Amino acid sequence: MKDLKLGDKFSRIKQKYGIFLVLILLFVVSSLINSNFLSVRNLTNISRQISITTILAFGETILIISGLLDLSNGSVLALAGLLSVSVFKMTGSLILAFIVAIVVAVFCNIINGIMVTKFETPPFIATLAMMAMARGAALLYTNGQNIYRIGDYTVFGQGSIGFVPTPIIFFILIGIVTWYILKHTRLGRSLYAIGGNEEAAVASGINVNRKKMLAYIVNGVFVGIAGVIFMSRVNAGLPNGAVGFEFEALTSSIIGGTSFSGGVGTAGGTVIGAFIVGFLNNIMNLVGVNSYVQQIIRGGIIALAVIYDTRTKKMRTKSQLGNVE
Amino acid sequence: MGKNVKLRLENIDKSFPGVKALDNINFSAEKGSVHVLCGENGAGKSTLMKIINGVYHQDTGNIYIDDKLVEIDSPTKAKEHGISMIFQELDFVPEMTVEENFVTGNWPTSKFGKVNWKKIRKQAKEILEKEGLDYDLDTKLKDLSISDIQLLEIVKAVSYDAADIIIMDEPTSAISDTEIDLLFDKIRSLRERGKSIIYISHKMDEIFKIADMITVLRDGQLVATKPKEELDIETVISLMVGRKLSENFPKEDIEIGEEILKVKSLNSHRIFKDIDFNVHAGEIIGFSGLVGAGRTEVLRALFGLDSYDSGEIIINGKKIDVTSTNDSIDNGMVMLSEDRRRYGIIPVRSVKENTTLANLEEFIYNGRLHRQKEIEVVEEMCEKMNVKTPSIDTDVSALSGGNQQKVVLAKWMVNDPDIFLLDEPTRGIDVGAKFEIYKLMTALAKRGKAILMVSSELPELIGMCDRIYVMSEGKLTGELKRKDFSQEAIMKLAVG
Repeated sequence: MKDLKLGDKFSRIKQKYGIFLVLILLFVVSSLINSNFLSVRNLTNISRQISITTILAFGETILIISGLLDLSNGSVLALAGLLSVSVFKMTGSLILAFIVAIVVAVFCNIINGIMVTKFETPPFIATLAMMAMARGAALLYTNGQNIYRIGDYTVFGQGSIGFVPTPIIFFILIGIVTWYILKHTRLGRSLYAIGGNEEAAVASGINVNRKKMLAYIVNGVFVGIAGVIFMSRVNAGLPNGAVGFEFEALTSSIIGGTSFSGGVGTAGGTVIGAFIVGFLNNIMNLVGVNSYVQQIIRGGIIALAVIYDTRTKKMRTKSQLGNVE
Repeated sequence: MGKNVKLRLENIDKSFPGVKALDNINFSAEKGSVHVLCGENGAGKSTLMKIINGVYHQDTGNIYIDDKLVEIDSPTKAKEHGISMIFQELDFVPEMTVEENFVTGNWPTSKFGKVNWKKIRKQAKEILEKEGLDYDLDTKLKDLSISDIQLLEIVKAVSYDAADIIIMDEPTSAISDTEIDLLFDKIRSLRERGKSIIYISHKMDEIFKIADMITVLRDGQLVATKPKEELDIETVISLMVGRKLSENFPKEDIEIGEEILKVKSLNSHRIFKDIDFNVHAGEIIGFSGLVGAGRTEVLRALFGLDSYDSGEIIINGKKIDVTSTNDSIDNGMVMLSEDRRRYGIIPVRSVKENTTLANLEEFIYNGRLHRQKEIEVVEEMCEKMNVKTPSIDTDVSALSGGNQQKVVLAKWMVNDPDIFLLDEPTRGIDVGAKFEIYKLMTALAKRGKAILMVSSELPELIGMCDRIYVMSEGKLTGELKRKDFSQEAIMKLAVG
């Protein structure tokens, strides 16, 4: 019994901190490869670069834990950000612009939620459809044109509080919110249960559809905020912006240990996953890897992460069978 | 020993990280005989069978078939050696038809690789006819009950003629008595054809009906291998648990209180009809009947997992409309499903999270989970229910079946309802854990809870219940009081 306990503890530690060790390894190797890596400026830069996709990744983590998914976050980000910029140009109100972004993104995600809960569409298909629709709507709104001269709107993405850039502040705040929801609320517990075994969650009296809808709404809030930061950083309203962000967000979430089969994942893991992706991109740039090659490597990494997830799950089941039988 | 031995295992050892699962096991199966393997969960039965079937590989020791040393390193290899295994937990493709299921992985094809469906249909028809079963070949598996599928699985395995060694892991855990008789006929005919059958089971009456030899495992060690004639039920049970069970059922006389649940002419089209019954505080009510009689369906409708067409459900004198599980849970009625893996546990989450899942509001203060309170409640509950787990943070999937069941029960105890609907509460769990579940039921009844139990094991119903309702083909065919209980009386009502 005591041995079993120790073994269990060890595998838990490996499970919990394995990905953290990868991050540290990557950090050390990167600093050895290129002396520029380990400068405050470069590290701040990385944090700022990954902040938008990591905010999306937090939403993605919440959804994947619940057995859901969002492929539309890049497009919805663009639509929400664009409308927000446009409202700012019309009214000059930063607060109103901020609210508009959130309302638009939440609205799109409510549609995602309705598709998934009421019409029982697989999340993959529902959000794939939204991905096309939101992008189309954004392009339609400006007839494909970019909106320039956005004035004070840049404060969301280019400002800073003290020496900390605003995107990083949003990144940290939303990370804390995600952690709190997953770890400390009834919603979080319910979402883990739904993703882990939906039928058992129903049989435990959890209102599954309501919780799924809430998960999409939370995701919508995150996507809206990401939209504001994005447009503010690029200094324009880009209907064609943020293409492929869903991929980066998914990668960070999966590398961070969120299991595609649902029920497993954490906010902390997602942060680590995001930094692994950020460090890799950064070091590849610093040593001058061809950008097409970078894309191939990024694809390979997500494949590896999923293989790792599947294998650890198999190993876990196997060692558990050993414990039981 | 000698010529008659088909399969022989010699000094098998197997360890998993932290546990010695098998310790120097010597085991053999003879031709034309049924060798029953029994032991509590965790005794090593399944590990041993998985070694024979090539899922695991032994650390040390040898396997001989027909006195020749063999190396079984995969299930495919096992099949080549004529070993066929029927697993306890069925994995099947819901969208497959009965016909397709028969030939999966073994499709007869033409020269050009085209599947010969005509031939398959003929084969499948022949098999069903030969085994005296009446299933439509185009029915999808998802439309059949677990017991139907289990029966088909067994038929499939035994119809596979190349198999000389057939391993059955608790094949009767989901099927009814008549189907068990059918299965035993099959097993006997296999025995006559000279096959070696290794049969894993918890059910004592079954074991003694079918066994030629009995082997008992305990904590990874072999404690006895004897012909059936030299053993009896009490001896086997005490060998399994290593202690004598003073009584099989901890039934106590409990004062019956007020009527808590009353059900009036509950109907569900083509599933059950005019169901009338009641349960009082402190009472344990049994629902008996053959599989497919509609017992589980009545429970599911009461709990809100399925809908019903008409009828009244009255809890504590108040008429309740049950449209979802929330309605029943809020009114103090909970259900333990027969399918624990599907409706009971969240396997990837911890014992703690599983235990508090149905009653989270109890632990929320200003929107925040009170972790300390949660830990205290769960630890107290685990101790009270004797849940064997390394810690409350261990994933539920790592526990044995009996302990998983206790966790599901603990979840409902935290909720503290008035009515427990228990569907096959002891299915697939070992003798010791069964006894603990019975004790818990008694303790709940003592606290004035109303308990409704569906079970396919007659001794269990007779041992634990105050009254038994019997169902047949969707209708209640009778109600028996404790003094009138007998297997014969129940069976008579169950067959209609």
